[in-house]
Amino acid sequence: MSNIWIVLPILFQLTSAVLLLFFWNYIKIQKILSALLSLLGLGISLVLFKEVYNEGLLVTQSGNWSAPFGISFVADTFGTTMVLLASVAGLAVSVFASASMTKARLQFGFYPMLHFLIMGLQGAFLTGDIFNLYVWFEVIIISSFVLITIGGKKAQLEGAIKYVALNLLASVFFLIGIAFLYGLTGSLNMADLALKVQEIDNKGLINVTASLFLVAFGIKSAVFPLYFWLPASYHTPPPAVAAIFGGLLTKVGVYAMVRTFTLIFVGDEFLSVILSVMAALTILSGGLGAMVHQHLGKIFGYFIICHIGFMMAGVGMMTELAIMGTVFYLVHDIVVKTNLFMVSGIVLKINGTQNIKELGGMYQNYPLLSLLMAIPLFSLVGIPPLSGFWAKLFFIQGGLESNEYLLIAFIVLGSFLTLWVIAKVWAEVFWKKGENLPKKARGIYFRELGRRQKLALILPVVFLSIISLYIGLGAENIVSLSERIAKELMNPEAYIEAVMSKKLNAL
Amino acid sequence: MELLLIFIIGLLHAAGIYMLLRRSMFKMIIGLIFLGNGVNLLIFLLGRLVKGKPPVIDEASKVFTDIYADPVPQALILTAIVIGFGLQSFAIILIKRVYKVLETDDLDELNSTDEEI
Amino acid sequence: MKSLIFQTASKYLLPLLLLFSVFILLRGHYLPGGGFVGGLMAAIAFILHSFAFGLKETRSIVRLNPRYLMPIGLALSIMAAVSPWLVNLPVMTGLWYDEPIKLIGMVGSALVFDIGVYLVVIGSTLTIMFSITDTI
Repeated sequence: MSNIWIVLPILFQLTSAVLLLFFWNYIKIQKILSALLSLLGLGISLVLFKEVYNEGLLVTQSGNWSAPFGISFVADTFGTTMVLLASVAGLAVSVFASASMTKARLQFGFYPMLHFLIMGLQGAFLTGDIFNLYVWFEVIIISSFVLITIGGKKAQLEGAIKYVALNLLASVFFLIGIAFLYGLTGSLNMADLALKVQEIDNKGLINVTASLFLVAFGIKSAVFPLYFWLPASYHTPPPAVAAIFGGLLTKVGVYAMVRTFTLIFVGDEFLSVILSVMAALTILSGGLGAMVHQHLGKIFGYFIICHIGFMMAGVGMMTELAIMGTVFYLVHDIVVKTNLFMVSGIVLKINGTQNIKELGGMYQNYPLLSLLMAIPLFSLVGIPPLSGFWAKLFFIQGGLESNEYLLIAFIVLGSFLTLWVIAKVWAEVFWKKGENLPKKARGIYFRELGRRQKLALILPVVFLSIISLYIGLGAENIVSLSERIAKELMNPEAYIEAVMSKKLNAL
Repeated sequence: MELLLIFIIGLLHAAGIYMLLRRSMFKMIIGLIFLGNGVNLLIFLLGRLVKGKPPVIDEASKVFTDIYADPVPQALILTAIVIGFGLQSFAIILIKRVYKVLETDDLDELNSTDEEI
Repeated sequence: MKSLIFQTASKYLLPLLLLFSVFILLRGHYLPGGGFVGGLMAAIAFILHSFAFGLKETRSIVRLNPRYLMPIGLALSIMAAVSPWLVNLPVMTGLWYDEPIKLIGMVGSALVFDIGVYLVVIGSTLTIMFSITDTI
């Protein structure tokens, strides 16, 4: 029974995408069907998560080939948590898109592509094979290419060129890394690689291979010297697309980094120094970038970079406490960033612009909505009862434990920069009197929307805000979850053992 | 044979990177295609070259007793080619669209998304 | 392209190439070949036809919008992939019918999967080609 559940989330999303493809020209049916299927998908991920949380790691060998030869799918606590979060974000975006995307855009297969994207993400989180991880990455990027270009506006196409070119380059690096790894060990199964890489004496070659993976995942997750495609492209697609991108796409790079650097390339001094330096500079450049900009989408884009830096810092420190912080931050960040881009979408719908200098008067006109939007905004800063606070606490504790005082300084600085920018956004968008808003020639304003569409815009924000409130207020559950994940990641013996010794099913 | 492959791989990578650094969009895509092909050959090479020993077992025996060519790199390359086919055809169509909308092939003129604050 | 030789040749080549693509699809289990190659070959047959007679003519032959071949093929592949669940085996395990069938050879879930791939490849390649030539 259990071997069905492991791949069911992936196959379910694939089936949903195929179902939606059959209704290519019927947008209304697609809207309803996609929301329902996403809800069902969330249910499936929840069942898988519960199963893994109670029973421990699950493994299935696809094609019934034994461990190092076939492709293993491994559902450990980390992977299933990420699968769950991907489903949560997918559901929110699916509902949000039904009201925020124009019909002209939905016509070109937005919903099927959204489900393909979620499928790719879930596959990446569940696979136990490095080449299969590459394949899932390609599934993710090809569907994200379609999503980023849907509509074909001038700015979108310009952003898409940069996005496409750099992501293709990242896949090339990833593939070179895999080629080296295969040449060195003759294996692709991550559990098997973990064993075989330890036995290799030529540490220099291992470091080169690890650096190739670092560059590949670094481009995907937008860390310091490799992030320039992100602020150039993330504000160009419609907010629903930006939400799923901002919430999940960069995080899958972080996930891959955590996975490979805790399982395959373990305990390397050289790498952890590079990771720490990159993390510090990522925090700094992201924070400073967010300070300069006035376009909401761009500010949030730079925030993505800044906060990827936090997670990288955790990976760089490589202590259990720091990894725990990274995992906690990942959980919090996926929910909050998805939410933030949706908030910026609602701001755009209400006012017709995303420039914070032109915006204003939100609190005066929509007090309740503004309070709702305050939740993701201030969760991002990490004001104590809200969700961002706890993760930063672990980072700082972890840093103190391993005497990384400089990194702590950067994390604190990054938090202050975030606070400063969020305060500015709050003051400009919500408190300032809004008088001279430019009139948009086309497009529908929020107040002209029907009741059901307004609900479809606001409900996902409420849904994600409740989750991020839960992460903040019910922190002990998430802390114990991330503690468990960190323990599993730092002691991968159980993972390796489970994959390698998984018995095949007899016919 | 290895040496020849190494030179070809090096040449493909060098040409690919050179093309990537040009300002023309079309050359960029051609560069990416070169790089992709170079990497496919690299996988083939790093999987060790074995000549004239296909990984096919005699019907009589159950396991390999001799050295044989590793089939895994070939499977990997096939997958990478199929993926590359999809990505490259998408990229080419995208470039065509961009060229039509922006009426330029020069990457330096595609910076309006960076300029506005 | 208006060339009598080319047009006459491609008229006969279309069924031949399609037949050959099915052959490649079927022999792919023990010999080189398979769904992807077969699909590409079938797509090439249609593309050749469209070069000779123009897109409109080819569209009228294909009739079904090639876009719908993709979900049909994907659905077939999914079914083949999950069929081992019925006998409590991991996903994607190859299930085979014991005796080879005349003309087709061994039949199993892998064949169904390959037919799915074949349809997806035809569908996506034709969609790409049609949309490129449409906009020229």
